[in-house]
Amino acid sequence: MRVISRVFLLLFLTVFLVTPVMASDTIKIGAILSVTGPASFLGAPEANTLKMLVDEINSKGGIKGKKIELIIKDSSASPEKAISFAKQLIEEERVFAIIGPSTSGETLKIKSICEKGRTICISCAAAERIVNPVARYVFKTPQKDSFAARKIFMQMKKMGIKRIGVVVGNTGFGKAGKAQLEKLAPEYGIDIVISEVYDKRATDLTALVTKLKAKGVEAVVNWSIVPAQSIIAKNMRQIGFNVPLFQSHGFGNIKYVRAAGAAAEGIIFPAGRLLVAEELPDNHPQKPVLLKYKRDYEARYKEEVSTFGGHAYDALMILVEAIKKAGTDREKVRDAIENLKGFVGTGGIFNFSPKDHNGLDIDSFEMLTVRNGKFVLLEK
Amino acid sequence: MGVELFLQYIAAGVTYGIIYAIVAIGFNIIYNTTGIINFAQGEFVMLGSMIAISLHGVMPLLPSIVLASVVTMFIGALIEVLFIRWLKSPTVLRMIIITIGLSILIRELALSIWGEGVRALPYFTGNEVSSVEIGMIRISPQVLWVVGICLFMVAVLQGFFHFTLLGRKMRACAANPVAARLCGINTKNMVTLSFMLSALIGAVAGCVVSPITYSQYNMGTGLAIKGFTVAILGGLGNSLAALGGGIVLGILESFSVWFMPSAYKDAISIAILLVILFVRPSGLFGSKERMALKEF
Repeated sequence: MRVISRVFLLLFLTVFLVTPVMASDTIKIGAILSVTGPASFLGAPEANTLKMLVDEINSKGGIKGKKIELIIKDSSASPEKAISFAKQLIEEERVFAIIGPSTSGETLKIKSICEKGRTICISCAAAERIVNPVARYVFKTPQKDSFAARKIFMQMKKMGIKRIGVVVGNTGFGKAGKAQLEKLAPEYGIDIVISEVYDKRATDLTALVTKLKAKGVEAVVNWSIVPAQSIIAKNMRQIGFNVPLFQSHGFGNIKYVRAAGAAAEGIIFPAGRLLVAEELPDNHPQKPVLLKYKRDYEARYKEEVSTFGGHAYDALMILVEAIKKAGTDREKVRDAIENLKGFVGTGGIFNFSPKDHNGLDIDSFEMLTVRNGKFVLLEK
Repeated sequence: MGVELFLQYIAAGVTYGIIYAIVAIGFNIIYNTTGIINFAQGEFVMLGSMIAISLHGVMPLLPSIVLASVVTMFIGALIEVLFIRWLKSPTVLRMIIITIGLSILIRELALSIWGEGVRALPYFTGNEVSSVEIGMIRISPQVLWVVGICLFMVAVLQGFFHFTLLGRKMRACAANPVAARLCGINTKNMVTLSFMLSALIGAVAGCVVSPITYSQYNMGTGLAIKGFTVAILGGLGNSLAALGGGIVLGILESFSVWFMPSAYKDAISIAILLVILFVRPSGLFGSKERMALKEF
């Protein structure tokens, strides 16, 4: 027994005394992502992207000779888990920065925790409220909701659409989108005739689209990140309701197109340029970045790239860029991110400022549509 | 509300209702022979559709559905033989807890086999956008498949239970297990058979609804709750009552969308379950005397 307890003592000593010494040679970066659960189509490509990039950076010798140590926590889209992981990463792991969470609801819950812990958090979630009001340590890489809403309304104006129906899933993303759409619609002279929230686990929305049809709307906007994006497209066509269907930037995953099959044809939605990288003109500044990420990702994981993985790409690369500029002092790195200008990422060209912790403008979105089961630019 | 809209809601409601009814019938079959509620019933639906989707990768649609249903049927038998049959004093509570445990076990196994992803079988006829016009309403052809196959299964089951020797033996076990044993019926085999039958029905239902609702490892839980509500609503143990109860619940749910936020659709079924349990525990179509016969 005595021998065993000594071995254990030795093990404990090794773990507690030796690790911190080793850790000082690395930069610890935490990530809270919904790798499994209802938002796994966000978190899984994000986690894959981070792993791929960290391997690449470390194989080239790290940042200024320091390797990155990546700690990924799977929150399965649960805000409660995100909170406890954030505390764990900040207080126990003492990470340099946190990437994620994947969903808006989770990010809004950990915003104040990161502020209190003075830990940089670069979220991969879309809701505007993450960076408005600005929190000192919280940034985000996906384009703002309001830009997506404006893009959709601009397109509707072009098409002469005036009376619309809005349906959203009951998630943080859906509710935030609904608020933006309702706020901005009058600016574009568009009348939201009916606005509905459905359950995020809904498996059939026939009754809901029947109601929309009865209201005689000229177009439908669906704002969600759940499989309902495909279901609503199918159900609309099945009851013979053939008005244009607009989706949010949450539609940027080809899996949704496959799930909706023929019903996906003609869906219009705003998205970053990653999905149509090949179609861009050669002189577009984003093209080389997009193509490299797309090819690397698709070669390593044998699955199509999605804009969501791109958000994690941007988050990590912005952090790396700031560390390259400012070293490993957390405050200096925070300042460096805030002053980063002209950074070319997958979501667009980032120009951060103390007032803008997102750094993207409305031109970072393109309007896309689905043709023959593929994403294409709506108009070239 | 116009006539067209009204009919469209009815159609949506009947579709939901029939799906719930099929799960409820699965509950009923096992309840009738054992007096327990098999909370793993939703998992049979999930297994049927997931296995069919995997098989569809290597074979045409019909054989994959048939094979998946047979495989699920044997899984049902296996579950009964491994976990229920050898129990020396099978109290109702004990068996119910076992089925709850099994449902969690099957769900977790499915998660590790098939992962998180949402999958679906292709539409049996047409595709995602095809719709059939019936009178003033338009519905997906798959809805007709669901209604047709489910009604067919109910009819076959009724025939089986009333006109075949095996079916009558199973009903005898339900009515009075001791007397049935005295007549030389092997009640244990009848219980195994009831698990097989309800697994089979669940699997077939899983396959026909898969194109509409999609399949995922955790689809069973929601269906089981709805199916249970419907079984209680109609009156436990009666397949035709389950069909009636299912259609009532489906139509209520579908109309609820008209005047309530659709996120509350599921709250309707839970509310109905509670009201029925308080007011009329024997169900809409059940009788008090019949309930009193069961030790529950």
